[in-house]
Amino acid sequence: MDADGGSASAVGIEGRPVSLHSGQPRALYQFTQQSLPACKPVLTPGWVIATFLLIGAIFIPVGLVSLHASQNVVEIVERYDAECIPEKYQSNKVAYIRDSSIPKNCTRYLKVHKHMKAPISVYYQLDNFYQNHRRYVKSRSDQQLLHGLKYNDTSSCKPEQLNNGLPIVPCGLIAWSLFNDTFNFVRRSEEMKINRKNIAWKSDRDHKFGKEVYPFNFQNGTLIGGGKLDPRIPLSDQEDLIVWMRTAALPSFRKLYGRIEEDIDADDVIVVHLSNNYNTYSFGGKKKLVLSTSSWLGGKNNFLGIAYIFVGSSCIFTSIVFMLLHVKNPR
Amino acid sequence: MGELSGRKKGKLRWSKLYSFSCLRPSISDPSPVQKLFGQPGFSRVVFCNESQLHKIKPYKYPNNYISTTKYNFVTFLPKALFEQFRRVANLYFLLAAALSITSLAPFNPVSLIAPLVFVVGISMLKEAVEDWHRFLQDLNVNSRNVKAHTGNGTFINKQWQSLCVGDVIKVHKNEYFPSDLLLLSSSYEDGLCYVETMNLDGETNLKAKRCLEATLGLDEEPELKNFTATIRCEDPNPSLYTFVGNLEFDNKSYPLSPAQVLLRDSKLRNTDYIYGVVIFSGPDTKVVRNSTISPSKRSQIERKMDHVIYLLFSMLVLISLVTAMGCALVVKSDMVNWWYLRLQEGDPFFSPSKPFVSGFLQFIRALILYGYLIPISLYVSIELVKVLQATLINKDIEMYDEVTCKSVEARTSNLNEELGQVEMILSDKTGTLTCNQMEFRKCSIAGISYGGDVNEVDLAASKRINADMERYQFSFARSDSITESFEMLEFSVADISIQKAALGGKEDIDNLLTGNSRISHAGKESVIKGFNFKDDRLTGKSWIWTSNSYDMTMFFRVMALCHTGIPIEEDQTGKLKYEAESPEEVAFLIASQEFGFKFLRRTQSVMVLKELDPSSGFEVEREYKLLNLLEFSSSRKRMSVIVSNDDGQIFLLCKGADSIILDRLDDHGRSYQQATSSHLSDYAEDGLRTLVFAYRKLEVAEYENWNSIFTRAKTTVGPKRDELLESASEMIEKDLILLGAAAVEDKLQKGVPECIDKLAQAGLKFWLLTGDKKETAVNIGFACSLLGHNMRQFHLSLSKEVENSNQVQAMKDDILHQIESFSLAMSEERSKNAPFALIVDGKALEIALRSDVKNHFFCLAVNCISVICCRVSPKQKALITRSVKAYTGRITLAIGDGANDVGMIQEADIGVGISGMEGMQAVMASDFSLPQFHFLERLLLVHGHWCYKRISKMILYFVYKNILLGLTLFYYELYTAFSGEVLYDDWYMVLFNVMLTSLPVISLGVLEQDVSSEVCLQFPALYQQGQRNIHFSWVRIIGWILNGVVTSLVILTMNIRILSPTAFREEGDVADMAHLGAITYTCVIWTVNCQIALIISHFTWIQHVFIWGSILSWYILLLIYGALPPSYSNRAFHLLVEAIGPAPKYWMVTLLVVVVSLLPYIIHLVIQRTFYPMDDHVIQEMKHFRKDIMDNAMWLREQNNSKTTTHVGFSARVEAKISRLKQQLHHKKA
Repeated sequence: MDADGGSASAVGIEGRPVSLHSGQPRALYQFTQQSLPACKPVLTPGWVIATFLLIGAIFIPVGLVSLHASQNVVEIVERYDAECIPEKYQSNKVAYIRDSSIPKNCTRYLKVHKHMKAPISVYYQLDNFYQNHRRYVKSRSDQQLLHGLKYNDTSSCKPEQLNNGLPIVPCGLIAWSLFNDTFNFVRRSEEMKINRKNIAWKSDRDHKFGKEVYPFNFQNGTLIGGGKLDPRIPLSDQEDLIVWMRTAALPSFRKLYGRIEEDIDADDVIVVHLSNNYNTYSFGGKKKLVLSTSSWLGGKNNFLGIAYIFVGSSCIFTSIVFMLLHVKNPR
Repeated sequence: MGELSGRKKGKLRWSKLYSFSCLRPSISDPSPVQKLFGQPGFSRVVFCNESQLHKIKPYKYPNNYISTTKYNFVTFLPKALFEQFRRVANLYFLLAAALSITSLAPFNPVSLIAPLVFVVGISMLKEAVEDWHRFLQDLNVNSRNVKAHTGNGTFINKQWQSLCVGDVIKVHKNEYFPSDLLLLSSSYEDGLCYVETMNLDGETNLKAKRCLEATLGLDEEPELKNFTATIRCEDPNPSLYTFVGNLEFDNKSYPLSPAQVLLRDSKLRNTDYIYGVVIFSGPDTKVVRNSTISPSKRSQIERKMDHVIYLLFSMLVLISLVTAMGCALVVKSDMVNWWYLRLQEGDPFFSPSKPFVSGFLQFIRALILYGYLIPISLYVSIELVKVLQATLINKDIEMYDEVTCKSVEARTSNLNEELGQVEMILSDKTGTLTCNQMEFRKCSIAGISYGGDVNEVDLAASKRINADMERYQFSFARSDSITESFEMLEFSVADISIQKAALGGKEDIDNLLTGNSRISHAGKESVIKGFNFKDDRLTGKSWIWTSNSYDMTMFFRVMALCHTGIPIEEDQTGKLKYEAESPEEVAFLIASQEFGFKFLRRTQSVMVLKELDPSSGFEVEREYKLLNLLEFSSSRKRMSVIVSNDDGQIFLLCKGADSIILDRLDDHGRSYQQATSSHLSDYAEDGLRTLVFAYRKLEVAEYENWNSIFTRAKTTVGPKRDELLESASEMIEKDLILLGAAAVEDKLQKGVPECIDKLAQAGLKFWLLTGDKKETAVNIGFACSLLGHNMRQFHLSLSKEVENSNQVQAMKDDILHQIESFSLAMSEERSKNAPFALIVDGKALEIALRSDVKNHFFCLAVNCISVICCRVSPKQKALITRSVKAYTGRITLAIGDGANDVGMIQEADIGVGISGMEGMQAVMASDFSLPQFHFLERLLLVHGHWCYKRISKMILYFVYKNILLGLTLFYYELYTAFSGEVLYDDWYMVLFNVMLTSLPVISLGVLEQDVSSEVCLQFPALYQQGQRNIHFSWVRIIGWILNGVVTSLVILTMNIRILSPTAFREEGDVADMAHLGAITYTCVIWTVNCQIALIISHFTWIQHVFIWGSILSWYILLLIYGALPPSYSNRAFHLLVEAIGPAPKYWMVTLLVVVVSLLPYIIHLVIQRTFYPMDDHVIQEMKHFRKDIMDNAMWLREQNNSKTTTHVGFSARVEAKISRLKQQLHHKKA
């Protein structure tokens, strides 16, 4: 909309003598006299109509392309938090999930309707989980994640900072509440390989989580939050943790679990063996498993394309209305 | 010669010549105030010539150092800080910064403290610079030099600031008095001296001051060597016209009166030197006591802006309350179950057991969090912009006066935008509208009018008529009659080329214009100062051949003899220069010199003329014995001299106002009365000041008889003296023979009528406030076209009887009665659309401004086209200004040049001082100073209009962009369970107001032009946008707030909807908080910067660089910030390069969201421009299509259409002239 009127009328050029004797540059003179050459775009009917038409002409194709991309994405969403509870615990889900003695294994069957092209991203989705809560977000120590026990000041990790007088690595509520459901996929009674590497941002792995930092004193307290970490693997390789530590912006979020690097054909049935460990029952959150291919625009989301098309067509409509008005009573 | 005349002049004893005011018998009886000395209020003791005695208490008085600065080194910091934190917004940010150290704050402390320090620092720097300038000005005044007595009879230069009470100083001609002085003696034998008090009360006529007889002898330097005396007098006080004290000298006590006191900042005139003793110095002087601290003024927009800030504050509190309540609710009901928060560990912010405490703490945190709603940088940006605006105003070459080498100066930058909203102009006369310089223009001698070249009104009228003629395709043959009609214009001396230019219908307008400017120039710049008269019939010697040469000789003699002037020096061409009490007399003397009646010199009783003898045609020197001088006074309105010539014939030569003289004519002396009267009214119409000349021949016996009566009256002691003198003069000033009339022009400043015309078209009302008498004021009213002959004039003044009775109630009744009758007349004639003018006398005004009459008065006054107040005191000027402001609620501008205007200048919303003159008081008190009155036109119509639009657009945009950012934070809170988490990185937000959005808005504030300056001047009606304040109305403010609310909603929801929960990259990565924050923030930056591109209608490369540079700088910031080690950049680390940059969705979101969030505004704009266009829109469009070049007729037609018909101003006069000419034309045809 910054369409210039194109009438760069050089006001300062005509008429006024430029005071050369004072030796000030011409541009400075024009500046002080407020007569710098300027373009003065004016919203004339012609420009309005043209601009709206232009917006429409750009937006509708862009919208169509992105809608098409989004439509091509195949996405399977499976909510499993309710179904994975045995009948007898249905009335008391929290007790079930808290009782570590009960095995939490569960099996789900996913029907694939459309051919899914590798790589297929596997996400877990949590709803009503406030990873963006201020208390939660602040409860971490970036320095400790990078330097491990060498970094002592973990006051920001409250309340998960010390256990038995010893510091916890990684400290803080975020790490403490690490998601710990696991998924295994079987297709045609053949286990599918899930690549669980490269799911975190490279910059995180290389610069934010120490290569020499190993989990220490983690989940040793009386209160056990979420998953445990293998103390033999440095934090920079604990990609689950790295993904989890990237706090989501909204209470409903997906996080990358891994990638299946083989195509899945239409009408295949995938058996998911999962261990349902993570407690979302106490706050009524949902857990979902998502399998999704991706386009150049990412996952399946029609909103962008529809919005483009909508805005584009409204602009065309507006421009037509203005055109009619202009023809009917021109200036 | 100069030396010679100086000494001669020094010998004159004026007291012998003057009859009324001089030679007062000294009052010998001690007045009752004598007893007061030593009492409280009258405790001052001054040891003359012994200033060392004043070094110790109790006689230690302040020295003559004057300071107008607000701060000094010690007080600057506390005082300036206090000033800064008086602003609510700043105080809020101070509290926020203080709280930032606690864990309450949602941001890190630096990000809250740094902007505050920056903002306050810049404001304080500005204060410091301004105060430094004041200090330099003081220094300039304080280090002026004056001759002071050193003790051994010698005088050396001393700085003003080091003068002490008791010092004897010598002040030379045309120097200012450095402090309040007691006059000891002067260069005149009788100790008289003349003082110009223009800086004190604005009166331009000279005032005579006289020393005591006792100190008369102290007029040589050695005499002062051993002089000592003691003065006991009143304590310092602000009253300019009173002084009580006595002088103990030679063991005698003499009472002192105001006549012996010379006040600081008045000027010695017509007197070579004086000696005086300092009695009040520095801060004790009356003029300093009189000065009020100039009030700091704030513009209307800024006051309204405060309300906008309050509105934003209430929004802030409201959404903070919502957040707090939300938080309390969530904490109480849901959050207990969020095990991952471990709330049982005890966190006061989220304590389920104490939801109210949590809510309250969250409220405080939210107040800080949403602080982005309050535009912290608004004040500092506005201040910066205003300083830059002021610089540009100062630099405007169109407002540079080449004569005085001064340009416009915006002395305070606070009021730039107020210039665009002025509705009332209150103007001083002398020095402001007029140059205080009289020019001899026309005269009517023996019934024949001489002089008078074409004036601009005639020219403009003839031009217009010609244009009309051409338009209606008059045939060439008929143009003869037109030519005839123009002959009636009395182009008596207009040179032929002018007539050609004015009448040659075939020549194009351009030619006419250049021709005209040449004429008016030639007319304006007369070669001889004070004499702008062209008529070969008089300036040549040919008049001596005419039949009535005797009357003409007498006329010139009156002109050359009836005055109080003195010749001072001769220039190269042998012409004399004169000095006199009033500039009129000087003009007459110069004129008579030009006519061949040169006033050579004056001794005690003889006046010598070199006059043209009509019988021989040679110049002869003649002596006239000056017998008596009946001086001018405002009540007498006339002046006479009685002289006898060489032949012993005695003449009474008299000049005076027409009303007075015409009544005193002899029956035989009325032969020219009719012709003279008609000429007089012609002259008056042109705004000239007229005086009628008459004479009378006296028989010796008659004179002797009268003289004895007169001398007796003169020597009478007591209160009846004036009365006796008055009646004595009545006796002789009668049976006069009319000679004619002379008209002088109180020379208007350059371009005054045109300027008033333009301002009137812009919808401004004009009030003229002058200390001058009514006649002069009315004259000037005509001259600068505030009055016209088609106007109905209401004269509001007290009748003589009521005035004498001195009873307030009677006066009130009288005034009320008059006002009522005027109002009645007005309502009767309203239908005829007749313009009205109100002329108010000072006395009447005093009554009219009393609280119970005021409303009636203003009711009448605001309905009048122009109002002229005469005989107004400085106090009253200020009072009128205040009342006009209070009663009308309009924005007033007061313009003046003298110290008497200071009150008015300070009182008005905008005070403007004229800086061309010598006195600086008005300029010092003013907000803007102009070297010429007519620059007011450009200052208001161009700069005022621009600044108003700039500032209002700027504030609205500021409000918009801060709401936009602040509300995205709020909406996000809804997604975080009101926990106070921030979507954006702290540093993004710190840089929002500092770097990412600041420069475009500053370029808007400094450089925006809706239309060019030429168009502003061509369409004065555009100015009314400011008067109606349509660009900063509440509708607009609310509109912009709503725009911000909607846009922020669009930005955040669309981003959330598009970026979650699915992946945003081909690799399948999902967006987390850092990504969503950066992407949303990108949309915010794009939106606010594109929004300002839509607001700006004038793009120079600067705006382009700033706007697009700001957007670019956001990406650069992300890059640099992301490249820092993660301990500094934390969430933003490698953000752009790794995560969002490569994702096409990021760029597509930006495009979509920006377009969608700007659409509402664009559609609003398009609808407004298409269906409800405003004046500036229409003009912009016409300019855009180059209608002004392609279709000039249409352009001019639009200009005319936009003009409101005004009844004042130049164009109104031209209209009137045209209609008169047309009538005459018809007459002639018939």
